[in-house]
Amino acid sequence: MSSAIRKNCFLISKLFKNVNNCSKRLSSHFIYFPDNEKPVDGETSKMNMMQAINNAMDITLKNDPTAVVFGEDVAFGGVFRCALGLQEKYGKDRVFNTPLCEQGIAGFGIGLATAGATAIAEIQFADYIFPAFDQLVNEAAKARYRSGGQFDCGALTVRTPCSAVGHGGLYHSQSPEAFFAHVPGLKVVVPRGPIAAKGLLLSCIRERDPCIFLEPKILYRSAAEEVPLEDYTLPLGEAQLLKEGDAATLIGWGTQVHVLLEVAQMAEEELGIKCDVIDLQSILPWDEDTVCNSVKKTGRCLISHEAPLTSGFGAELAATIQEECFLHLEAPIARVTGWDAPFPHVFEPFYLPDKWRCYHTLAELVKY
Amino acid sequence: MATPSSTRSTVGTGSLFALGSASGGAIAGGMCSARQEAVAVGMQTAMRNIDSVITAYRCHGWTYLMGVNMLGVLAELTGRGSGCSRGKGGSMHLYARNFYGGNGIVGAQVPLGVGVAFAHKYRGDGGVCFALYGDGAANQGQLFEVYNMAKLWDLPCVFVCENNGYGMGTSVDRSSASTDYYSRGDYVPGLWVDGMDALATREATRFAIDYCTSGKGPLLMEMETYRYSGHSMSDPGTSYRTREEVQEVRQTRDPITSFKEKIINQELVTPDQLKEIDARIRKEVDEATKLSKTDPEIGVEELSADIYCNNLEDSIRGTHPGAPLKHIQVAVRN
Repeated sequence: MSSAIRKNCFLISKLFKNVNNCSKRLSSHFIYFPDNEKPVDGETSKMNMMQAINNAMDITLKNDPTAVVFGEDVAFGGVFRCALGLQEKYGKDRVFNTPLCEQGIAGFGIGLATAGATAIAEIQFADYIFPAFDQLVNEAAKARYRSGGQFDCGALTVRTPCSAVGHGGLYHSQSPEAFFAHVPGLKVVVPRGPIAAKGLLLSCIRERDPCIFLEPKILYRSAAEEVPLEDYTLPLGEAQLLKEGDAATLIGWGTQVHVLLEVAQMAEEELGIKCDVIDLQSILPWDEDTVCNSVKKTGRCLISHEAPLTSGFGAELAATIQEECFLHLEAPIARVTGWDAPFPHVFEPFYLPDKWRCYHTLAELVKY
Repeated sequence: MATPSSTRSTVGTGSLFALGSASGGAIAGGMCSARQEAVAVGMQTAMRNIDSVITAYRCHGWTYLMGVNMLGVLAELTGRGSGCSRGKGGSMHLYARNFYGGNGIVGAQVPLGVGVAFAHKYRGDGGVCFALYGDGAANQGQLFEVYNMAKLWDLPCVFVCENNGYGMGTSVDRSSASTDYYSRGDYVPGLWVDGMDALATREATRFAIDYCTSGKGPLLMEMETYRYSGHSMSDPGTSYRTREEVQEVRQTRDPITSFKEKIINQELVTPDQLKEIDARIRKEVDEATKLSKTDPEIGVEELSADIYCNNLEDSIRGTHPGAPLKHIQVAVRN
């Protein structure tokens, strides 16, 4: 075990050195693992995640005459161009800019959805969603419950780019999934790539409950896959088992799934072990069955997310897993996460739970 | 107009111009205040050293004017140790004495400015707080909450709306039911100011200080300006307006060209003197730019520095293969 630590300390110091010697900040901390399995047959087209999300909204606007897309600068596509070309195609009354007022955007969307429209709102960055927090937590989430089921805003979907991007600093990098996971009435989803994004977004749009759709912004352009052109949905509340093994269960969502897939590959090559890798996809509700069945099988579990450790969503997973899988656990559940620090401008490579930190923790976990 | 102050404005404007061109895409973070300099330069010239400022993310020029040197600004953009926030804030989080910073969240700084104004009044120090925001932020609900508070308690606060015509990629006409931003404070009286004229912004600021310090309460100033470049590094600034529009402003309203003409025509300065100032500043900026790229970053131990004043635990929680990160104090405390 101590040799493993030495080896890893060496790798980490090498990484630190590389980073410090770089005149250019590392723009990406992971390798993208594209999806090879198609959820439906039929014609496909190579799309990045931005294009897949665009495609999902295109399908919605085409088939659902009540659907509207709005947000800051979405008329020309939005800062990440997810709505590119939609205004030309569907008109200014269906795809339109809002003023820069997140609380207003959320409240407006809730009203619109309550009155029967399919409302797709974009909040420009997940870091900007907090002015809208009250509307989402106190209005959207509770509308159905407090009216005894008479009214709801289930047709509301709030899309927002989240997580690290390499140079985002304090207010363009945060991962706020855990805040919303604490709110009964909302559904929270994070896709890991183009195929998942299209299917999950179409599910969120059609779901009869308000959904928060968090899009890891670094994947918009760096992730490309052969995406089916036809209309398809992926089930909410279900995780996906992406890789199978028996040594440990690795759980992540969004960008972190790709970090964990690489870690599993490293573990296979370096340690000769195979791991289950689970993409949680849905944060609220989350797929207890897939997670707990896997952990019962492997007896070991590592959860990783970019958000800070304390009250990160990993805490909820760990609590449930220890309760459900207590007699199967061979080691304490491990978490590899961001620090309990604001998302830093200069220290992003050290803040992120990168493959080295995850690999090191996994190496310790299997030897416990 | 007295010569010393004109020279100072020239230096200010010239430096900002050069500072702007230094970014030229070469420095990460973006320099997004180019050609809105007349607002900051004119205002700062009229301000007294007891007055304070808080603004949005177009804060690079303000930081320089409020006393941080060029390296302090540029090295913050590159995330280096000589940056005025030690590289920990980046482009939107620059600070100086009486300068309560840039801000990354649209409109969030304006309520803070009202709080700062209250402190001026409470302390009785005679200071005025200038709370700046863009036309885009003018539609944030929290602004209307604090217009009310500022007038209710007659605080020495000057709300300054820098109207550059575009909130990111959306023009004012498409974002605002009323584009008369000076009038949107309702019971807070407003002024319209030509934000492309450093003398106009200076005189308006002088008036505003007189007004607020006489106990009449807050004032709103709309300064109409223009943004030549895109909203940020990722916005080319061409998809929502015509090149001709940008060109026309350049030719007819450019704050630096027009100020230059004015002071040359008035024989306050010769073209040669201006060239000399330009060359000197350019050199200074080039040097600072070079330094800002080679300056070392702060140590990784500062990842966990200054999160709390009093960290109740020794360390900052996280998951790390080595030792936990110790919470340290770097900034000097009062």
